[in-house]
Order: sequence, then C-alpha cells, then structure tokens
Amino acid sequence: MEIINDLLLFLPATIVAIGGLTVMMLDGYKARSRTIYTTTMVFLGIALGVASWDLLMQAPELIFSDMAGAGGTAAFGTFIVVFGTFFTVILTHDYLIGVKHNFPQVYPLLMFCTFGMIVLATANDLVTVFVGLETMSVCLYALAGIIRDKRLGVESALKYFVMGAFSTGFFLYGITLLYGATGSTSLPEIGAYTDGGLIYWGGVSLLLVAFMFKVSAVPFHMWTPDVYTGSPTTITAYMSTAGKTASFVALVLILDRAMPFIATELTATFSIIALLTMILGNAVAMVQDNVKRMLAYSSIAHVGYLFVGLAAGSVAGYSAVLFYLLAYTFMNVGAFGVVAYYEKNHDVHFNNVESYAGLGYQRPIMGVLLSIFLFSLAGIPISAGFNAKYLVFSAGIEAGLVSLVVVGVLASAASAYYYLRVMVYLYFREGKESVSLIEPKKVYSFSLVFLALLTLYFGVVPGGVTEMIYGYFSDSMLTATAP
Amino acid sequence: METFFFVFVATFALGTALAMVLSKNTVNSALFLILHMLSVSGFYLSLNAQFLAVIQILVYAGAIMVLFLFVIMVLNMDEDEQIVTKVDFKQIFAVLVTVIVLAQLLYIVGNFTGALPDFSQQELMAIGTVEAIGDEMFTTFLLPFEATAILLTAAVVGAMLLAQKNVNVEDEIE
Amino acid sequence: MIGLELYLGVSAVLFVIGVLGVLIRKNAIVVFMCVELMLSAVNISLVAFSASMGDVHGMILVFFVLCVAAAEACVGLAIVIAIYRNNITADISKINLLRW
Repeated sequence: MEIINDLLLFLPATIVAIGGLTVMMLDGYKARSRTIYTTTMVFLGIALGVASWDLLMQAPELIFSDMAGAGGTAAFGTFIVVFGTFFTVILTHDYLIGVKHNFPQVYPLLMFCTFGMIVLATANDLVTVFVGLETMSVCLYALAGIIRDKRLGVESALKYFVMGAFSTGFFLYGITLLYGATGSTSLPEIGAYTDGGLIYWGGVSLLLVAFMFKVSAVPFHMWTPDVYTGSPTTITAYMSTAGKTASFVALVLILDRAMPFIATELTATFSIIALLTMILGNAVAMVQDNVKRMLAYSSIAHVGYLFVGLAAGSVAGYSAVLFYLLAYTFMNVGAFGVVAYYEKNHDVHFNNVESYAGLGYQRPIMGVLLSIFLFSLAGIPISAGFNAKYLVFSAGIEAGLVSLVVVGVLASAASAYYYLRVMVYLYFREGKESVSLIEPKKVYSFSLVFLALLTLYFGVVPGGVTEMIYGYFSDSMLTATAP
Repeated sequence: METFFFVFVATFALGTALAMVLSKNTVNSALFLILHMLSVSGFYLSLNAQFLAVIQILVYAGAIMVLFLFVIMVLNMDEDEQIVTKVDFKQIFAVLVTVIVLAQLLYIVGNFTGALPDFSQQELMAIGTVEAIGDEMFTTFLLPFEATAILLTAAVVGAMLLAQKNVNVEDEIE
Repeated sequence: MIGLELYLGVSAVLFVIGVLGVLIRKNAIVVFMCVELMLSAVNISLVAFSASMGDVHGMILVFFVLCVAAAEACVGLAIVIAIYRNNITADISKINLLRW
C-alpha cells in the first residue's frame, strides 16, 4: 500500500499528531496533569527518535503524491522542530507550574503546532505550505495568550493574531498569482516556469513579503518585540526557534525548488532586507533593559544574519542557513530556558536586567549556562553561534556580497555589547536585596546542560553536519554555482 | 445575460464590502459581510464552481458569520464607533498604503497576458463538481486534507484554552 | 463570456477594501471580518484562474482557505473574549500595535 509507505516516511509528524489527539482525549477524561505531561513526553521522545533515525538514514524522497518530502532537508527540518519542541515542553511544564498557568490544553496545542511545523518544513507544494503554516500560526496565536488573565498576555495574543492573519491574506494572494502565472502549486513545477511576466513577479513578491512577516524581518518585524515579550517565556523560545526554523526551511525550499532561476535577481532585495534587519535589530537591542525584549530584538538581528545566507542565493548560502537554524535552536532555547527559570522564581515582570544583579553566584550552574548561551548568541568562538555566523558570512563572501558581510560582522561585534551586559549584571553587580532562587528541578537543569554541551560541541566540530547539509542540495538546480 | 449577471454581482459585492468597512455599527458590518459572502458565491456560480458556491454559503454565512454575530451579541458590542474621529497621520498613511497596493495589484492584473486554453462548456462544467474536487482531494491532496483536520481540532482546543471561564489548574507539589 | 481580467480586477479591489478596513478600523471584531473579506477576495481570483485553466487545484485550495478562515475566526474570537474578560477594550488602537 502506497499510503502506508508514505505514512511510514512521514512517521514523526504522524506520531506527533496521534500524540496530540491522545493527550487531548486524556484531558477530556480529566487525567492528572502529570499524566498528560508524561504522555506528551513519551510521544515526543518517540518522534524525536524516529526523526533522528530519518535524519541519518533516510534518502530524499517525495511522498503523498509529491505534496511533501522525506529525508534530506525535510528530515533536517523535522529533526530541529521536534528537538526544539521536546526541550520546550520540558521547560514549559516547569515554567507554567511556576507561574500557575499549567493548563492541560497547552500540551495538545504544542503537539498540533509541531505537526503544523513539520508539514511546513517538509512541504513540496504551496498548498501544503499554506496549510502547515496556518496550523502552526493558529496554535501559536492561542499559545501566546496562555497567561490570559494578565493584560500583557492577551494583548500579545491579539497583536500576533491581527498581524498574522493580515499577512496570511498576502501570502494567499501570492500563491494565487503564482498559480495563475504558472498553472501549478507544486514547487518544482513553479521552478520549471521561466517566462517571468508581471503576474509571476507579483506573486513572488507577495509571497516573500508574507514570509518576511512570519519570520519577522525588518520592515515587517513590528509585532515581534511585543509578542515575544508578552508570551510565556518558554513559548517565546518555541516561537523563535522551532517556529522560525519551520518557516525558514520552507522559505529555503521555495527559493531552491520554485525560484532557482531568479535567485540572482532576488540577491539585491535580500541584501537590503538583511542589512536593515541586522542594523535595526542590533541597534534597538542595545537600548533594551528588559532581557526578554532584548532577546526578541536579538532574534530579529539573527534573522538578518540568516538573510545574508539567503541573499547569497547559492547552495553554500542555503546550507549555512540550515546549520544556523540548528545552532540557533540549541542556544536560544537554552537562553530562554534560563531566563524562564529566573523569572518563575519571582513574578512575570522579573525581566529587568538590573534585577539580574548578582544572580550568577546564587545558582552558579544557571549563571554559567546563561553565559554559554549568550556567548554563543554573540558569536564568540568555540560556540555553535560562531560557526553558524562564519558559514553564513563566508557564503556571502563567496557570492560577492563583501560590503554586506562587513556590515554583518560589525553588527555582530556590536551585539556582544548587549549580551555581555547581562553577564556583567550577573557577576559584577551587587544585588540590592537578597533574592533567593529555588533549586531548579533536575530534569530542567539536565536539559539545559545538554543544550549547552551541544552548543559547545557544534562550536568545535561542525564538520560532519555541514557536509551532510551540503549533500541535501546535491540535486539542486543551483549546484552549478556551488564551489 | 452573463454580462448583466456579472455586473450585478460585482456591484453588489463591492457595495456590501464597502458598506461593511464603513458602517459604524458592528452588527451591521457583520450583516453586510454575510450579504457579501452571498454575492461571492454568485461569482463562483458564474465560474462553474457549483460545489464551492454551496460551501461558501454553508461555511461562511452559515458558520463563521454566525460565530461572529454570536460573539458580538455575547459581548454586547453594539455601540457605534466613530470611524473618522479626527484625521490623524496613521489613517492617512493607511489610505496611502492601500491606494499604492491597489494600483500595483490592478497594474499586475491589467497586464495579465496568460494565453488561456480553450475549453468546451462541458469540460468547464465538470471541473467544479463535487466528484472532480473530491477525487483530487482524497488522492493528490490527501496530506493537506488530513492536516486541515488537525488544524480545525487545534483551533477548537486553542479557543477552549483562551475562552474557558474557570481557571482550574492543578498545582503540583513534589 | 466575461474576461478573466474582470474577475481578477474585482478580486483585487475587494482585497484592497479588506486591507483598508484592517488598517483604519479600530474594533477588533471588524478587523477580523476585514481579514475574512481579504481571504474571500483572493478566493475569487483562485476560482477564476482555476476555471480559466480548466484545472481543479485552485478550487481545492479555496476549500482549504475556507477551513483556515474558520479556524482563524474561531481562535481570533476566543482572543477577543479573553480580552473582554480582562476588561480591556476591543479597540485595537488602544492596544499599541506599532511600538519600538
């Protein structure tokens, strides 16, 4: 049976979807929240195992009548998404208990959201992209408003919803015009179309604008800081890592499969977007006193670096983007995890950088972990963040975008200021009053330590992974331009 | 006859859409949107998309708009809203952006030169039927279709999470 | 036979009316309705392309758009209810959307 075969190749998503439905039913039968959490983790653990197996063993293949892909970039995207979700759920459970909003509905929603992300990251057809993107977004709108009895929480949900729904309209218009111009929604078939024409370009630009909305590239970033600040901290980690990964993988696939012939034309546009995003993200992050808001702007800045890879428009650039997403998932989930730990010991507004004064000595391990993650985010050597930036920028140089890369390196150097500032407060400032931090749960600190180890590991030996990613694009139409 | 039908439906659709955006009362807006959805299904009929025309009325007018009206009633939101209180910068900017977008879209559409294949009326009629759509839906588009099932479930769970009244959280003490 | 351009033109104008509504209206529910208007305007284009090409895929995409619109309306209205519970208004101009 073909469908059984397809389902087997699509197993991580299937497991996550069945897991979500199971957890939903458990909630319906009033299971204890511990049971719900454990079931979620079991399903996600199995999905993570299958995703890792797929990542290492599965050859690229198209499934479900070419609607989606398995293996290759699809397996890579699936792995990052499931990995990010696995750790997000561990952190979220602890955090939501801490802030007393541990609703049982959160877990099925996280699973459904992950399903949407996997569909988005594996899509090979604009219809699948659309449905996956919307499944992800609808879940994220709801998740942003978990802390619904606080003004900040529901406000951020509303903002996210209005902006997201608005951009959906443009996304759909883009698909429509592309469909009208090329007569198909399948990515390779759109890619085979070379006539150009106004309606084609209209479709391309609307589609890209909508994607920039979703990944929060300047000038379409205005929802990001508020939404990231207002959402529960671990959900912010989820949005900025798994969500962004899924969107970026889909964007890379669209660029690689559906628009290989116009990659050079898009370079100028992407360069301008990358320039604006890097400069604005870093500049505004410097003046933020709220750590969460600072991390929100830093995530905008990271989108800027990712766009340098897209602007390169080469296989090197696209694989650098994929590696960057992996590294960013490790370090950003970790950084938000520590911030969430500090926050849940106090109230939701315990995010001002000044209130971090002296905390580094209270629970030394958490201080060290946060420092590792922030070092990596700043792109300091021997961290995954450094290698990721190095790959993206070298792809930019190869493509001849020297001035853009120079700005990127300068912006990245400037970004060290606001990351190090947090560490200065952690270690070199006296805390005003004694804040006592309760001991973190073992599983919480273990997962953060694991993420930190991965961050360091990929800082030292990125080789194997980058070669693996490179291989995904071997049948790409851009291969000719690769070194 | 066909031209007359098109002009009538188009006028109706544009009129109701404008009325929806510009009417001060929320309930009126919702009712105009229902009328608008009816006229959109008129477009579908004239394009031989019978199935979608029915679905449009069932889903939009029958389900989505009822939900909207229900929420408006529950929240007792029928007070009037001044649309243009004072001419502020943001609104001028909004109108400007809109005009630019409109001009661009019309320019793109106006330059449409896709050579369209010729179809007999018979073939065209066969596209929009339930069979044609269902056939493709459950073979080629199986994955998005199943994903839609998850999407709708997720929307219900999400709505429950946000809108349920009793905060009943089990606090765990270990 | 009415030309394809006319359908596309009407659809573009309706889409832009929706965009205008999202930008100038303050009531959150009306803003949601304007988003629905945008989606249904695009649907007209899709069906027109689909019918003119004799290809059923566009009509299937319309079906998915209807599902997405329903799901979005569901979650969006739940958010509005949550906002009302907190005694915040549905006036989105009071909720700063564009802030540094």
